[in-house]
Amino acid sequence: MSEIMDQLLEMDEDTQKGKFLTFIVDKEEYAIEIKYVTEIIGGIQTITEVPEVPDYVRGIINLRGKIIPVMDVNIRFKKDPKPYGDRTCIIVIDIDDLSVGLIVDNVAEVLSITEDNIVDPPADKAGFNNRYIKGIGKVGQSIKLILDCTVLLSDENLAYCKEAV
Amino acid sequence: MDRDIGNDPVMDMFVFETLQLVDQLEQLVLHSEKANTFETEEINEIFRIMHTIKGSAAMMLFNNISMIAHTMEDLFFNLRETEVLEMNYSKLCDLVLGGIDFIKVETFKIKEGQDADGNPDQLLDRIHNYLNSLLPNDQNSLSEETQSSGFPDHISEEEANYKAVIFFEADCEMENMRAFNVIYKIEDIARIVRYSPPDIAENDDSSVMIRETGFEIEFAAQRSREEIEKFFLGLAFVESIEISELAGEMAEEDPEYCSEEVPKTDEPAEKEVVNNSIAAKKQSLISVQLNKLDQLLDLVGELVISESMVTNNPDLSNVNDLDNFSKAARQHRKVINELQDIVMSIRMVPLAGTFQKMNRIVRDMSKKLDKQVELVILGEETEVDKNIIEHLSDPIMHLIRNAIDHGIEPLEQRTASGKPAVGKIHLEAKNEGGDVWITIRDDGGGLNREKILQRALEHGLVNKEETELSDQEIYQFILLPGFSTKMEVTEFSGRGVGMDVVAQNLEEIGGLVNVDSKPNIGTTISMKIPLTLAIIDGMGIRVGHSIYIVPITSIRESFKAKENEAFMDPDGMEMIMVRGECLPILRLHKIYRIETPVTEIHNGIVMIVENDNRSVCLFADELIGEQQVVVKALPKYLKKVKGIGGCTLLGDGRSSLILDIAGVVNY
Repeated sequence: MSEIMDQLLEMDEDTQKGKFLTFIVDKEEYAIEIKYVTEIIGGIQTITEVPEVPDYVRGIINLRGKIIPVMDVNIRFKKDPKPYGDRTCIIVIDIDDLSVGLIVDNVAEVLSITEDNIVDPPADKAGFNNRYIKGIGKVGQSIKLILDCTVLLSDENLAYCKEAV
Repeated sequence: MDRDIGNDPVMDMFVFETLQLVDQLEQLVLHSEKANTFETEEINEIFRIMHTIKGSAAMMLFNNISMIAHTMEDLFFNLRETEVLEMNYSKLCDLVLGGIDFIKVETFKIKEGQDADGNPDQLLDRIHNYLNSLLPNDQNSLSEETQSSGFPDHISEEEANYKAVIFFEADCEMENMRAFNVIYKIEDIARIVRYSPPDIAENDDSSVMIRETGFEIEFAAQRSREEIEKFFLGLAFVESIEISELAGEMAEEDPEYCSEEVPKTDEPAEKEVVNNSIAAKKQSLISVQLNKLDQLLDLVGELVISESMVTNNPDLSNVNDLDNFSKAARQHRKVINELQDIVMSIRMVPLAGTFQKMNRIVRDMSKKLDKQVELVILGEETEVDKNIIEHLSDPIMHLIRNAIDHGIEPLEQRTASGKPAVGKIHLEAKNEGGDVWITIRDDGGGLNREKILQRALEHGLVNKEETELSDQEIYQFILLPGFSTKMEVTEFSGRGVGMDVVAQNLEEIGGLVNVDSKPNIGTTISMKIPLTLAIIDGMGIRVGHSIYIVPITSIRESFKAKENEAFMDPDGMEMIMVRGECLPILRLHKIYRIETPVTEIHNGIVMIVENDNRSVCLFADELIGEQQVVVKALPKYLKKVKGIGGCTLLGDGRSSLILDIAGVVNY
């Protein structure tokens, strides 16, 4: 974990381009652009529940005096909630000054995916959670699903969330 | 000029500085007007402020601001150079304050990211006219006027023009600084027109030039040549001097040139006015962005938590001898506590700024309404949190307006009732416990009890027997929105809106307003405000695994209910009788869908909370205890949750939600 974070810190704007942080939720491997990631918190700390929010928003956590909401990506993708374990991580992403923690099963690695290795998701949107996917990256034999963070944070069912993003 | 002010530090700085300077200027002018004279020091200070505003506005290309500042500078230049015995200070101040207002309005426009497009021409004309009326012969242009206006103590003597070349002692070093000193000194006796090299203050290389060719000054003075020579030779490090009298008119003085090239000469002068309280105050302050302070506060909060994580570390339980460790830990905690106190105190700002602004309102209004009013300010050094100060300016302003407009009677009426002609308004702040009291007291006619009562009856606001109402209760009616006895609606106050603004602003910061009045003696309005918004006293209650904080100020009482004490209406609303009062019960675990084993009313705790005279009972599992908490806003992402006012961090690092009782009561 710490090596990954060090890698993150070393990179500045330029070198961040084309770099992705990959993590595992359920069986799939997802990737998000490095520029959104501010930090990774290993292990799950106490989450304070907040009433009247969608179920995938697990509550708020204290991140060095700053209070940020956390979202369980498993529930967000309508998969069965998993018990939190040693490998569970919170990825803190920052979009337009909005910090949100993403609870994921496992953080994998930081890697480069060049643009010619990224293909558009199938045009047919009938897929289960296609709308979160911006593209599909090929790295060697494996496939990474590249997440659209903005869509991830917005929720058409909840006006206030949409407004906030 | 579509600028994002937040992203442009230069612009930020300009707005901040200009507003600060303008405020300072306003104080100075008002002070001088009161004293009915402009002290030389004050004129210098005004001059310096005007100059800074002019310079920075010109740099930022806000020409209208810089023009006004320039014209006002002219005004004071005149004042400094001439001694007018019969001076209408009141008119002068009107002009200057008009200029100040203009600059303020423009600066606010810039702050909001709009164009500073105000047209200063009208104001400029007025100032020019005034300037011309001030001077005996107005056939000359402005700059020449100022030129020919002589020094008061040498009016009879003719001004002669000189050119002097000064050589400094060979090994004195820093010739440019010496030359600078000369310029500064010579200002006392002469008017400098030009000097070369011109960039002595900024350019160190100019010292080389001075060393080789000497320092050349052209100036006009009313002294004889011998006097001047003696003067120069008396200065430090001056070795020799060549003075020649210039025949006829010198190169036309360009006021712009003069003021642009000699700005630094004002700086040594500044040192002289350090004693001046206003100048001294400014210099001991630095401005910090509020969000940096918030970050600091966060970090200190985090430090407190990590400290307790270290000292309560489970690994320590395996160690037997902890004497030294405990000692060090105690010291550590003490330092952290002190640090926390200091950080909190940084956010505290004295009320002086807000209070001083009222001087202007009193001045303008008493002039317009033709009433003589004196504002007495007490306890302006009282400090309150920055966030709260922002909410205080409006209420105080409305109350002061009301006091002058309605409170203080017209002159004839005052003398008839044997009161001093000058009405007095006391604006006082004091600390009392954890609260600050701000009192506004006038010695006017007092509130009309009958009229208010009558009005309240008409509006159907009275739900008690008339005789049962105390005077205080009746006076409180004036705080209701739209309530106006409309005895005298004027430009300044119609009483209906103003008092509502007061009440609303105070409610927002959790304050209280009290009105008291005695016929013919005056009205006193006291506002109780909390010291800070950032920290509140809260009571922790537990529901399931969650801990909620209820602000202590909203809690009436809490008790254990007996079995079967609660009852339910057909709609499923649960209620409880408390001393003859029927109150609804809000089960927190129900409304927030929290799983908890405690669902029977007699197992948990019932807490009566109150807001705006409405009470409800909250049902929770248990009381945790009282503690001070630092209020933080909920993350933006979550937006508004009904009944939740914010969140906070508990001592153990967990976060907890703060209930917003106003929201809960209306659930």
